[in-house]
Amino acid sequence: MTPLTGCLLISALLFAVGLGGALSRRSAILVLIGIELMLNAANLNFIAFWRYGPHPEALTGVIFVIFSIAIAAAEAAVGLALIMAVYRHAKTTDLSRVDSMKG
Amino acid sequence: MNHFPWLSILTLVPIVGACLALLAGKRRGPARAIAAASALVSLAITIYLWTAFNTASGTMQFQELHAWMPALGVEYHLAIDGLGLLMVVLSAIVVLISIAASWSRNEHGGLYFAMVLFLQAGLFGTFTALNFIHWFFFWELSLIPAFLLIRLWGGAARARAANQFFIYTMVGSVALLLAFLALYLATGRFDFLDLAQLSQQGQLAPALAQNLHWGGLSGGGIAACIFWAAFVGFAVKVPILPLHTWLPSAYAEAPSGTTILLTGAMSKMGLYGLLRVLVPIFPQQMQHALTLLLWLAVASIVWSALVAWIQTDIKRMFAYSSINHLGYCTLGIFVVLKLPGDQINRAAAMNGVFLQMFNHALTSSMLFWFVAMLEKRSGGLHGLNDFGGLRKVVPVLCGTMGIAVFSSLGLPGLNGFPGEFLIFKGVFPLVPWAASVSLLGLLFTAVFFLVFLERVFYGPVNQRWAAMPDLSLGERLALAPVIGLMFVLGFYPQLIVGAMNSTVMQILSQVRF
Amino acid sequence: MAWIVRYLWLIPVLPAAAAAIIALLKQSRRRLAATLAIGSLGLSLLLALIAFAHTLAHPALEYANHNWLQFGAEWIRFGWLLDPLTAVMLVMVTFVALLIFIYSLGYMAHDPNFTRFFCFLALFAGAMLGVVIANNLMLLFMCWEVVGLTSYLLIGFWFHKPEAAKAAKKAFIVTRIGDLGLFLGMMWLYGASGTLLFYDGGAGCLEHTAVAAMAAHGVALGLTASSAIGLLIFCGAAGKSGQVPLHVWLPDAMEGPTPVSALIHAATMVAAGVFLIARMYPLMAATTGGGPSSALEVIAWVGAITALLAAFIAVGQNDIKRILAYSTVSQLGYMMLGLAVGGVAVGMFHLITHAFFKALLFLGAGSIIHGCSEEQDIRYMGGLRKLMPITFATYAIAMLALCGFPLFAGFWSKDEILHSAHLWSISSGPFYLGAVGAFLTAFYMTRQVCYVFFGPRRPAPRTASKPVHESPATMTWPLIILSIFAALLGFVGTPAWPWFQSFLEGRSLALNFGAFTGGMISLMVISSIIVIAGIAIGWWLYGSRPITRAEDPDALERVQPQFFRALGQRLYIDEFYDLSVIAFSRLCARLFQWADRWVWNGAVQLVAWSTRIVSHFDSLVDAHAINAGFDGGSTGLAQGGRLISRFQNGRAQNYLRVLGVALVVLAVILFWSHAG
Repeated sequence: MTPLTGCLLISALLFAVGLGGALSRRSAILVLIGIELMLNAANLNFIAFWRYGPHPEALTGVIFVIFSIAIAAAEAAVGLALIMAVYRHAKTTDLSRVDSMKG
Repeated sequence: MNHFPWLSILTLVPIVGACLALLAGKRRGPARAIAAASALVSLAITIYLWTAFNTASGTMQFQELHAWMPALGVEYHLAIDGLGLLMVVLSAIVVLISIAASWSRNEHGGLYFAMVLFLQAGLFGTFTALNFIHWFFFWELSLIPAFLLIRLWGGAARARAANQFFIYTMVGSVALLLAFLALYLATGRFDFLDLAQLSQQGQLAPALAQNLHWGGLSGGGIAACIFWAAFVGFAVKVPILPLHTWLPSAYAEAPSGTTILLTGAMSKMGLYGLLRVLVPIFPQQMQHALTLLLWLAVASIVWSALVAWIQTDIKRMFAYSSINHLGYCTLGIFVVLKLPGDQINRAAAMNGVFLQMFNHALTSSMLFWFVAMLEKRSGGLHGLNDFGGLRKVVPVLCGTMGIAVFSSLGLPGLNGFPGEFLIFKGVFPLVPWAASVSLLGLLFTAVFFLVFLERVFYGPVNQRWAAMPDLSLGERLALAPVIGLMFVLGFYPQLIVGAMNSTVMQILSQVRF
Repeated sequence: MAWIVRYLWLIPVLPAAAAAIIALLKQSRRRLAATLAIGSLGLSLLLALIAFAHTLAHPALEYANHNWLQFGAEWIRFGWLLDPLTAVMLVMVTFVALLIFIYSLGYMAHDPNFTRFFCFLALFAGAMLGVVIANNLMLLFMCWEVVGLTSYLLIGFWFHKPEAAKAAKKAFIVTRIGDLGLFLGMMWLYGASGTLLFYDGGAGCLEHTAVAAMAAHGVALGLTASSAIGLLIFCGAAGKSGQVPLHVWLPDAMEGPTPVSALIHAATMVAAGVFLIARMYPLMAATTGGGPSSALEVIAWVGAITALLAAFIAVGQNDIKRILAYSTVSQLGYMMLGLAVGGVAVGMFHLITHAFFKALLFLGAGSIIHGCSEEQDIRYMGGLRKLMPITFATYAIAMLALCGFPLFAGFWSKDEILHSAHLWSISSGPFYLGAVGAFLTAFYMTRQVCYVFFGPRRPAPRTASKPVHESPATMTWPLIILSIFAALLGFVGTPAWPWFQSFLEGRSLALNFGAFTGGMISLMVISSIIVIAGIAIGWWLYGSRPITRAEDPDALERVQPQFFRALGQRLYIDEFYDLSVIAFSRLCARLFQWADRWVWNGAVQLVAWSTRIVSHFDSLVDAHAINAGFDGGSTGLAQGGRLISRFQNGRAQNYLRVLGVALVVLAVILFWSHAG
């Protein structure tokens, strides 16, 4: 097993955990956490492909991941703020009861 | 090439006046003052045109020619020859008379006078435009205010009369439009002068045959179809029998001021069309149908005079008299196409037509003006038997109206006679039977006008009107110039004929066979 | 050109201008109006006399032409001319018209429309003088029509009377019927000769070249162009001069103010028709061979029939003015006959003498009516001989002149007509008609005079209390002056000294008693016998046995009641016209009106209705086919949308699940495709 394969396995696991959380949990906050996990899985892939890729000397992977983490932070902030707003409006964070967008 | 745009200004003046009159709203005083001022400015411009017009030349003058929609062959082409000049002067005078006749009608506010001025703009546009599309725009523009004037301010049966008037003339307009679209498809031209030139060079029928394929019709057949369509358009407007049935009810139901516009100016649009469009562009077609056309004209003359005789409504009577007088004009126009014949007789007939057009405008406007005065004094009555013995009560009204009546029945010394004389002078040598039969029209005109005088002015005084006021000073002053003009034209018709003669010769020179 | 020729136009223009000024005056300016009218006409009379003197010295025809109206390269030219015919008419018209004007001063003094009356009179004078001097048929026609207008205005002067209004209308329309013929003849003449100028240095339509061409040009029915045109022009003359069958308006014209406008309709205006024929005589008489033209033949017959028929009707009338009116019609017939058989001078001579004695008769009638408190029915008069001696004397002179009593004016002029008719080469019919007419003339005038002046007085209850009186001097003096003319005027045209005839025809004159040849003398004797017989029978029937009460039947009525009643009803000619021409025209008018309403308008309505039906059908199609289709389509769409919207349930995790499943499916597909 090469180091790349190990990294990819870990990130796949991480992604599956995140996806499972996001799909099964009712609380909006936990869903958000799941999403963050999936994002981090993606970041891990970036690093792995950079490190074991053909041009490890350039710092592209790291820079990409730093951008991605910064955006994830902003996204988390916006997501939390939305959850706060939804909570104020619907008095719950249970996603199965927040369905006012239905057609 | 382009003259100072007097003609554009002439058309714009009433539009501006109409907008100002609209601003006046329901206030009658300012509205009518604006209308009168606008009409006076128009009259002044037309008088300037008359003085600046070169009477020695029968060609188009004051020309304005600009590209407008080149792809469609549409140009902004304004110009007048003697015919156009006569028509704009006549429109200016008639509109002024109409405004004077509506002067003291209480229900007439800014909207009314605005409509009158819009109609005038339509008239000016029609009489100066030489490109069909441009011309047709104004032709239709004049229709809408006329409709509204009848519809909003007419008598009891105004809705029906207005609708009939509108639809009737609309059908004519559609026929006209189709005719010209066909011409455009075949020739690519919309300009009257260009089309006339094509026709004279004998290229119209070949072009029609080449470019239009109407079920195997020959070029001549297509030209005949187009001619009849255009003829219907103009015949409705004049009107020529049997397309006249809209006229009596429209004239009778319209307020008298509007009837003045209808009879004085709008009927001339039809004659103008015959002269400007049909005679130069379709001489062969007219000539083929000449016997029928002459019969139509003669029938218009005799028929309407006879029917006028038994009317019991003054306005209907005068409406039929109007058909009768315009019948002489159409007779004079048609007879020009008679072959073989002397050029001098054609010239006489055509000059007579011009004179008669102007004189009919003047006289019939006057007659309806007097009807308006009677209506004003009697609370809107215009039945033949509603009055009686008025000459004793209102001698000046009776005397001045008598002048208009006798002018209308062609008394020498007044303006009606020279035109009729010239028409008959031209018609008799060319088509003796038409002239002889038409004389019956002259006789019955006298009969029904005298019946009118007898019923309304003679006999014992109808006590209901024993206190009817005679003409006021203002009315006398307003009447005086028109009455004066009637005498002047009666004694000195050369005033008009002298200015028109070159145009007449030009039109006649265009009629080649 | 002499200055009088150059300024001849002033003669008609002066009164016409006066009329125009008077028309603008206030009703209250009576004195000014009368002064203007009489002054202008006085000046015209002066000029007319100068013109007359000028033609005495220079009898050749002179004219002046001017351009008026242009068409193409041609001008219609107007002008005036002076020849003996014009000069004689000018003097006659101005003189008689001036008398009328002066007489009206007194007669109309109390009329509220005095000013207007003088306006019409002055206009009449101007137009009539225009007819006389015109050197262009069109100018003549124009003035002619204005004469017709003034006739209309004067007959209808008392417009508040319905009969007057009707009579005025009738006069205008009947004369206009004739005028249409004149108008048509004028057009034909214009077309045929290329000009309407009478005389234009050889190019005029009455001059040799044009007339010869027209006389040589045959049209239908054996007529030449000149005769056909002449007959059409005669229609106009017949209308104006009351020839059968257009005479019906003239007796009704007596509704005008007595006797002034009546006088116009007796002495001057109606003579215009006769004058027209005289003016157009070169055209009327034109033939290629010898003998009279067919136009003149017709005129002779029409004139003779008119002379007889009107005289017959006059016998049965009881209104003093109507009798005179029919007598006028009859005398106009004689004039036409004279023109046709004897030439211009014969007809014109009778016209001039008739103008004077008929003026005298009408003024006398006016005096009688005035004296009898506006009574016009001769049955209610009687015995006025002693009460109104001057009127009686002058009236008797005029009556003798009209009857053609030997040596009075009418004798010479009428005798000449009969003489010419006797010599006429075509037929002796007109002569016999004229002779019977002369007998009847003497008879009905005697009847009238007997009724009015002889027998006992028979006042109507209405006027019985008012005494009959002789008229004042202002009215009797014109009678006396005119009676001198009526008695003596004939001597200017006797066969022995035919001054008038030679003046008109430009012949030299000599006193020649040899002219009284045997034939002429015998004819004179015969006509004298006829006249005296008429007077004698009239006296025997009416004078010697006068009726005593107004209700008594007429002497003729006792003999022939039906015939007399028919005469009294004017031979039912008016009724005949009512039932034929007028009824037919009305029928046509109604028919046309009906056709207007039901045929033409019906066609329009039919089109309108069929359009409506089509549009109703359209709206049905719209409602049930097109609209239903659209509705169904949109319902289906809505239902589909509702179905699909179930998938969008608003639960974010569901969407995520779908995404996840899709991802897995995608991965599997990618994997399989790589593996494949």
